[in-house]
Amino acid sequence: MSKQINVALIGNPNTGKTSVFNALTGLNQKVGNYPGITVEKKEGVCKLPRGVKAHIIDLPGTYSLNASSLDENVVIELLLNKTDKDFPDIAVVVSDVENLKRNLLLFTQIKDLEIPTLLVINMADRMHYKGISLDIDYLEKHLKTKIALISTRKKLGIEDLKNLISHYKDLPVTPCLHASEIDKAYFDSLRKAFPNQLLYKLWLVITQDVNFGKTDRNEIEAVANFKTKSKTDLKRLQQKETIKRYQFINNVLKQGQTIDASQAKDLRTKLDRVLTHKVWGYLIFFVILLTIFQAIYDWSSVPMDFIDTAFASLSEWAKSQLPNGAFTNLLAEGIIPGLGGIVIFIPQIAFLFLFISVLEESGYMSRVVFLMDRVMRRFGLSGKSVVPLISGTACAIPAIMATRNIESWKERLITILVTPFTTCSARLPVYLIIISLVIPDGRFFGLGYQALTLMLLYLIGFGAAVFSAYLLNKILKIKSRTFFVVEMPNYKLPLLKNVALTVVEKTKSFVYGAGKIILAISIILWFLASYGPGDNFNNAENIIKTEYASQNITDDELQQKIASHKLEHSFIGLTGRSIEPAIRPLGYDWKIGIAIVSSFAAREVFVGTLATIYSVGSDDEATIKNRMAAEVNPILGGPLFTFASGISLLLFYAFAMQCMSTLAIVKRETNSWKWPLLQLGIMSSFAYIIALIAFQILK
Amino acid sequence: MQYTLAHLKRGEQAIITDVSSNHIPLKLLEMGCLPGNVVELVQLAPFQDPMYLNINGSHLAIRKETAIHILIEKVVHE
Repeated sequence: MSKQINVALIGNPNTGKTSVFNALTGLNQKVGNYPGITVEKKEGVCKLPRGVKAHIIDLPGTYSLNASSLDENVVIELLLNKTDKDFPDIAVVVSDVENLKRNLLLFTQIKDLEIPTLLVINMADRMHYKGISLDIDYLEKHLKTKIALISTRKKLGIEDLKNLISHYKDLPVTPCLHASEIDKAYFDSLRKAFPNQLLYKLWLVITQDVNFGKTDRNEIEAVANFKTKSKTDLKRLQQKETIKRYQFINNVLKQGQTIDASQAKDLRTKLDRVLTHKVWGYLIFFVILLTIFQAIYDWSSVPMDFIDTAFASLSEWAKSQLPNGAFTNLLAEGIIPGLGGIVIFIPQIAFLFLFISVLEESGYMSRVVFLMDRVMRRFGLSGKSVVPLISGTACAIPAIMATRNIESWKERLITILVTPFTTCSARLPVYLIIISLVIPDGRFFGLGYQALTLMLLYLIGFGAAVFSAYLLNKILKIKSRTFFVVEMPNYKLPLLKNVALTVVEKTKSFVYGAGKIILAISIILWFLASYGPGDNFNNAENIIKTEYASQNITDDELQQKIASHKLEHSFIGLTGRSIEPAIRPLGYDWKIGIAIVSSFAAREVFVGTLATIYSVGSDDEATIKNRMAAEVNPILGGPLFTFASGISLLLFYAFAMQCMSTLAIVKRETNSWKWPLLQLGIMSSFAYIIALIAFQILK
Repeated sequence: MQYTLAHLKRGEQAIITDVSSNHIPLKLLEMGCLPGNVVELVQLAPFQDPMYLNINGSHLAIRKETAIHILIEKVVHE
């Protein structure tokens, strides 16, 4: 068997580290989580020359080994745990040619850990735009490493990089500067106390919280307690260390790098002048948002109609081709419509992720952070809250994880608490189907009414988030220091490969994650809807036949009556009836009630549930939408989904906390049940009240 | 008069002379905000806050409340 080596990709954010990872692994990658925490773990496999296989880990981006977030902690924990199964045989530090100075800080720190380290200088194709030239030999000599000059955009140097990785054993493992000179006496005493440990490792353990694997925990714990210096002194030392490292880097680059500023063509300045402008900046941001929502609507309507019809005919086909029986019914009435209810939203979710990833990749998102910080601060949020709030339109779970780079705990907590108000993609299924039922077609200044309604719902979501943030900011008494530092990366044309991989990966995990829940719930629902207790259910046929014996009705109508009588007296019907009094004032019948209850786990289950309930016992080939349109209000007569009940439902879903996964993630990120339970209680009761008011006014 | 980063106007350059270490996060130093480095104010958001800076080739944005703890010496262009 060929040997497999562990390769860790490390680098500052915005250096194109993920592009390098994609270039090396292509489609041979998977995304998971680090055990016990919610930090994303990306790993992949790459074939190197001479039959060597490399297991590559793309570590979270970090500016240094002084971790200030959970994500950054992952990096030092891996580099310090020699016994970890992923401990790297080689560390590949990815840097960006335009920010070499800053990128080298992290590089010199990793060199101090005496791991074979390779320096990748990415975006080499931009060197001549910026008038940069490098003396690679000089740099290799003084940085004590090998350098791979590559461009992931132009696909240059990737083979060289693979070759260098395969020769990892030839890389020097000596540090490139003596950081311990910042306080000789202190580091000498440290060395004496723990002679078997690497000095820099000791230093990192003392200055921050590192979790260790079982094997080296005992010894290390003693180190962490080696406190001969106060916190302020340690911080001062860290600053001295940083200054010392920069001195070294400046000296090396003075010789190894020349920048001819007159050669530099600055696209950044021109774009920034417009995109961060006091007026144009905001206007452009608004237009971009508007375009995104219109596009999501327009582009996905064709594939969605196609999927809807396809599932309806698949269900019909299963019924006609498979032998009659409980299993066929379960398949045709439970599983297929349930799955159809989720597959149909793939186009929209994919487009949403596409736009978000383009905004992030291009560097535009940081400009939005810059523009919005002042406005957001008025509501107790940070400019960085904009990223969670925007990516919350895809899903609240990654959005809540994206709050980790917000420096102030109060701003971060408020962001976590209000993010679930933003319209996540799981709300889309509910919104879209109801909008198509109750909002008329037609255009207003070229924008469809339906698209405008959707846009309005997004705005309501943001509004609710911002308004509740304002209240929380007034109520919560948390003192925390606020720091705000955000990098403004260079503008880049997004790489197609990166965007495509993100879209595929995120859509896949959304569909699988939601798909599992929906599949399970639709099977349970089908059982509950197909069986019932007592005479009323089991003798439905006779009861209806007797009731209508004297009347002249067609066979079809009779079958319909029997089916709905059965459904009403099935387990699910009985449950629905019992909760009906609570939801009738909102304009819903018991079937919607069931859908609301079952979608407590996840909002998108709503449509799947209605699809399952409505298809039980019905024979005709119909799409979910047509079935919903045909529903009759049991009391008032007329269609069940009217403007009033539709709006009431839309508002209910806009505000209600119908997502167990979000509650779980909030619990994990805030480390307490207090906040998720508070969220659940407040959001749900607020949703109920607003929906009630809306229906009572509009009906 | 002792100038801080908050006094800088758009397009102006200065040299950082001192950073008040208790008020400045380590992360900012790591991004190049160190004494001796050149800083340029690239852009201001409305209400002069936050500030978009080019420090030593690193582009970043910080709030005014942080900027007042970074002392500078203005570079005068003749």
